[in-house]
Amino acid sequence: MASHPRPVSPHLEIYRPQLTSVTSILHRITGGFLSVGILPLVYWLIAAASGPDAFNQAQALAGSIVGRIFLFLWTGAFFYHLLNGIRHLAWDAGWGYELPAVYRTGWTVLIGTVVLTILAWVLGYWARGNV
Amino acid sequence: MAELMLAAKDRPVEGKKFPAPAGAKRTRTFKIYRWDPDVGGNPRIDSYEVDLDACGPMVLDALIKIKNEVDSTLTFRRSCREGVCGSCAMNIDGTNDLACTKYIADVKGVVKIYPLPHMAVVKDLVPDLTQIWAQYALIEPWLKSDTAAPARERPQSPEERAKLDGLWECILCFCCSTSCPSYWWNGDRYLGPAVLLQAYRWIADSRDEATGDRLDNLEDPFRLYRCHTIMNCTKTCPKGLNPAKAIGEIKKLMVERR
Repeated sequence: MASHPRPVSPHLEIYRPQLTSVTSILHRITGGFLSVGILPLVYWLIAAASGPDAFNQAQALAGSIVGRIFLFLWTGAFFYHLLNGIRHLAWDAGWGYELPAVYRTGWTVLIGTVVLTILAWVLGYWARGNV
Repeated sequence: MAELMLAAKDRPVEGKKFPAPAGAKRTRTFKIYRWDPDVGGNPRIDSYEVDLDACGPMVLDALIKIKNEVDSTLTFRRSCREGVCGSCAMNIDGTNDLACTKYIADVKGVVKIYPLPHMAVVKDLVPDLTQIWAQYALIEPWLKSDTAAPARERPQSPEERAKLDGLWECILCFCCSTSCPSYWWNGDRYLGPAVLLQAYRWIADSRDEATGDRLDNLEDPFRLYRCHTIMNCTKTCPKGLNPAKAIGEIKKLMVERR
C-alpha cells in the first residue's frame, strides 16, 4: 500500500534546553566570537605600528560605547571559552563525567566567567585611574 | 550543513481536542504528536484531557488509557511497562524518557509527548529505527575470540566483570542517541552514544580479543569523533548510565594505543 514520505520528528525546538547543551553551544558561540574578535585586534596592532594618528583613531574606536560593549563581550567570551576549555580538557583526560560533577563544573564555569569578566574590567579601570 | 529547522511539511499543526469525561475532577492535558502514513500531510498535535483519578500514575498508563477509551488510532510502542524493554522511549516534557517509568506527577502542567527527536516517523510516536539498528550491527556486538574455546566457560575475574557494570544494563531504547544534537545533525555517519556505549561494552570485556579491530572500526572523524561531550546523553538516560563516559574511554584508548 502506498504510503506518504515520513516526516522528521521535531528536535531542536522541542528539546528542553539544559545546562549540558547550553554550556556546549556557548562554547561554540564564544569560540566563533573570539575568532571574529581577532580582526579588530589585528587592526589595533597595525594601527599601533602605523604611527600616533592611526593609533589614536584605533584607541578612540575601542574607547567608544560600541567599542567598549564589544570588548566587554569579547573578554566575557574569552573567560568562558578558557574555563569551559579546561572543563573539556578534564573530560578528555577522563575526569568529571558523572552528572553531579558535570553540573558542578558547568555552574562553576558560568559563575567564574561573570566574576573574572567583571574583575578584569574593574582592574582595568582601576589601573587606568592610577596611571 | 545540518538542517537546524524542520521542513515546512514536517511542522506539526494544531489537531483535534478530546475533552475530559463529564464529572472528572482531577484532569491533565496530554498534547501528543500524531502523523498517519495513510493520510500524510503535516503532523498534528492532538489534545487529550485525561481524568487522573481513573488513570495509573505513569505516562504510559495515560497513553494506554487514551488508546483504550478515547482514540484507538493513537500508535506507540510498549511492552514490558517496567523499564527493561526500551520500547516506549519517547520525548516527554522536553526530554527523552521511557513512558513506563516516567511519573505523570513529575511533569508540570501540560504533558507534551513527541516521538524520539530527529527520526523518521513511521506513525505517531513510532520512530523508524532501521538505521540505528544497522549502526548497532556495525560495531559487531558479540564476543570475538581467536583462542580455541575452552572446555567450559571463558573465565572472568570479579574485577574484570566489574568493568562491564554501567554498560551491560543498556536496554537500547535510544533515548540518549536521539537527545544528542551531534546525532541529529550527523546521524547518518556518527554512531551516537547508544551504539558507542555498546562498542565500549565489548572493548571493555576481558574475554573479547578483538579490541584492536574494534578501535580500528571506530577510528573515524564521524563514527566516533562527532561526540563533542555535550552530555545530553548521560543527562537523559532512563537507566542512569553514562554513555558520554564510555565514549571518553574509547577516545582515551585511541590516544593510548598510538
